[in-house]
Amino acid sequence: MKSEMGKMRNTDISVAITGSGGSGAVTAGLILLDAAARTGLYGLMMRSYGPQIRGGESASLLRLSSGPVACMNDQVDLLVGLDWRNAGRFAQEIPLVAESLIMTDPAAGAVPRSFATSGANVSELAFEAHARRVENGRLNMVAVGAAAAFCGLPQGAIDAALQKTLASKGRKLIESAAACVAIGYELATELGDPERDLPTKPAERWNISGNEACGLGGLRGGVRFVAAYPITPASDMLEWLAPRLEQLGGSLVQAEDELASINMVVGASYGGIPSLTATSGPGFSLMQEGLGLAVASETPVVVINVTRGGPSTGIPTKSEQSDLNIALNGMHGDAPHLVLAPLNVPDCAFTTQWAVRLAEHLQTAAIVLSDQSLGQAQAVTDPHGEREILLERVTERSPTEEYRRYTLSGDDISPMTLPGIAQGMYTADGLEHDELGIPSSKAEDHHRQLAKRRDKIEAFDFGSDWAEVRGDGALCLICWGSVSGAVLEAAERLEGEGLSVRVIAMRLLAPLRRDALRQALVGVERIWVVEQNHSGQLYHYLVSRGVLPDDAKVLAKPGPVPLRPGEIVNAIAEKE
Amino acid sequence: MTTVALKAKDYKSGVKPIWCPGCGHFAVLAAITRALAYLELPKEQVALISGIGCSSRLPAYVDSFGFHGLHGRALPLATGLKAARPELNVLVAGGDGDGFSIGGNHFLHACRRNIDLTYIAMDNRVYGMTKGQASPTTAPDWAESKLTPHGTGVRRFQPAAIALAAGATFIARGYSGDPKGLTRMLVEAITHPGFSFLHVLSPCITFRPEQRSWKTEVHPFAAGPYDEPVEAAREIQADDGLGLGILYAEHLPVWPPHYQPSGTLAEVEREFLI
Repeated sequence: MKSEMGKMRNTDISVAITGSGGSGAVTAGLILLDAAARTGLYGLMMRSYGPQIRGGESASLLRLSSGPVACMNDQVDLLVGLDWRNAGRFAQEIPLVAESLIMTDPAAGAVPRSFATSGANVSELAFEAHARRVENGRLNMVAVGAAAAFCGLPQGAIDAALQKTLASKGRKLIESAAACVAIGYELATELGDPERDLPTKPAERWNISGNEACGLGGLRGGVRFVAAYPITPASDMLEWLAPRLEQLGGSLVQAEDELASINMVVGASYGGIPSLTATSGPGFSLMQEGLGLAVASETPVVVINVTRGGPSTGIPTKSEQSDLNIALNGMHGDAPHLVLAPLNVPDCAFTTQWAVRLAEHLQTAAIVLSDQSLGQAQAVTDPHGEREILLERVTERSPTEEYRRYTLSGDDISPMTLPGIAQGMYTADGLEHDELGIPSSKAEDHHRQLAKRRDKIEAFDFGSDWAEVRGDGALCLICWGSVSGAVLEAAERLEGEGLSVRVIAMRLLAPLRRDALRQALVGVERIWVVEQNHSGQLYHYLVSRGVLPDDAKVLAKPGPVPLRPGEIVNAIAEKE
Repeated sequence: MTTVALKAKDYKSGVKPIWCPGCGHFAVLAAITRALAYLELPKEQVALISGIGCSSRLPAYVDSFGFHGLHGRALPLATGLKAARPELNVLVAGGDGDGFSIGGNHFLHACRRNIDLTYIAMDNRVYGMTKGQASPTTAPDWAESKLTPHGTGVRRFQPAAIALAAGATFIARGYSGDPKGLTRMLVEAITHPGFSFLHVLSPCITFRPEQRSWKTEVHPFAAGPYDEPVEAAREIQADDGLGLGILYAEHLPVWPPHYQPSGTLAEVEREFLI
């Protein structure tokens, strides 16, 4: 991340496209993102929808840049209104300033007040009338042409993106779209040359969503069984995984509820197959008892919680980092387990792969806290190569009669047998048990097995991946998970203002690497904990574990609108 | 290497059951070990999955692989294991509270799935482990529990009729007092391809001593096994809950289908390349 974030961003364009159902705002965004990738740019695209199941208004929010991007920028440079029906709903997500440009079709009526009050320049382009000049012409494609010209994207890249994005629509429709795009380019030339500094030669790029990256990380980690119940915003990960698991000889079961899915995963993993489930807040609440079973029976499982606004049903389509408390403390009893959080879209792949391998090796439950802002974001990144992780499930393939499933000899990771292994029979149990797995309520068995389950995790060497540490300044920003992108960018800007800044972006939240964190804090004079929730869950966790000084400050902002780097800079600059 | 055929007692683990003397579950345990011996199933190829309750203690008493999981969740755990390891013989055991109350939803969906599991529900119409409360199969006017001093006032859950309605492809009812008949039914249930539901009347002489009289009250179903759900439904609706035999057996494709690998991870990763 250090090198990625350091790359120059001499081109950095933010574009928003809004439209009502069927207007093609999302398709237009996907085409622009794909074209930007072909030009050698990096990018990030988020989608925003109204509450309707189908046909509601939607918005594509894009940031295209010459350096990797892991968050949205403070303001939008170009807003394209395909139409303005209900577009005011997105006003908070589309911050405009006087320097911004609004492209609007006069036929669509006046620009909504919530956007017009920004004082942004308005350019009237007759998208619809021009689209009608082309057989099967669509106004969103005229808008794509105009927006591409604004961004300085070459028409060849847009044409290639059309071929890919509209492949299922057939040759005729692609030709119509290309004709509309060409008209859009022409219309925008009257706005003058944007003078963008684009990469001189394209490089290999990946176009991947956070949910896909989590799925990929699972597959790389060896997951070949998934059971899950549909829930927003995790369902698209499951839909991505289903055919690919099949392709790799694994399977995905759509369960009747989350109680079933977590228990199915425990069962499959007991059978020796690395397994995971994905869900979001409400489903995650239902899974707590099953997670406890995995911990007590020492069965590896991974649960990916693509967090949304909570509590209860909350805000299903929007992001928040408010499930840290339940991830850390949701299970009854003393139940040591792992909690991890990916730091950006491509890191969803590594963090999930690591979580799978850690759970397998440590025979415990691993919770991965992704969230809507990562899961449903589409990112253009450098190709994300696989890192080899040499952590295997410790199995006993030829047990003797003395075999003890939960043996206390050795290093607390007791070798598992698997069904099918002769003489390896044992009964896994959620009841406290002795070394053989036989239920026991004896104090010594309980104390020893508790200590075994704690020590195997606490004593493990997690290496340096527990966090990404950047800089060595005296002002330290501590963050976790998805908000790390905005925090790292805020740190860059604070350094630009002459402050010496350090960022600790935590990937492993439990077990807390207290010594490593203290080490990373050596020389720090002022601390800010930054997170996207209401109560400051990471802040309170770190306070409770005695790693924060009394004067540490917290910037905790709940969803649904993502934290932007400028807000972080302003909040800190005000107090520093 | 010569293999010596295992006897029923070889499938016992040696762990002493926690059950009360006279409990019907002893006979069910014996019938399971006899059926495993009859079918000559290697111990390590058998997995016995259970939830929580008196009967759910059963896996520890059988020398096979086992998982004593969560209350009501034995069927999903077994479903995950069988879907991931289809070559194993997976049996599920539990009681009426575990299977029909807290686990009721999983029962419906396991019946629908036709996954190749054998589900042995040991029904004594009472929660024994928590000392004698009414279960879903308890009659509405049973007033012996302090928790429901006037009875539950709630109609009884009809396991076999519900299994039929939910699409189970093998439904039978046995009685712990008829161990030979129960063993035969178990053999049929285990060899049935698809989801087999074996409802076992297994008296609790501690909290329901009146169930001793089942001995004289049980009777064979009028006919069966049916392969036609309408006929089976007529029989089970007319039954007094104490009819024994294989009610229903139908052969349908077993779920889930298994696919041979058709691609590599490298191919999956290439999808992301622009």
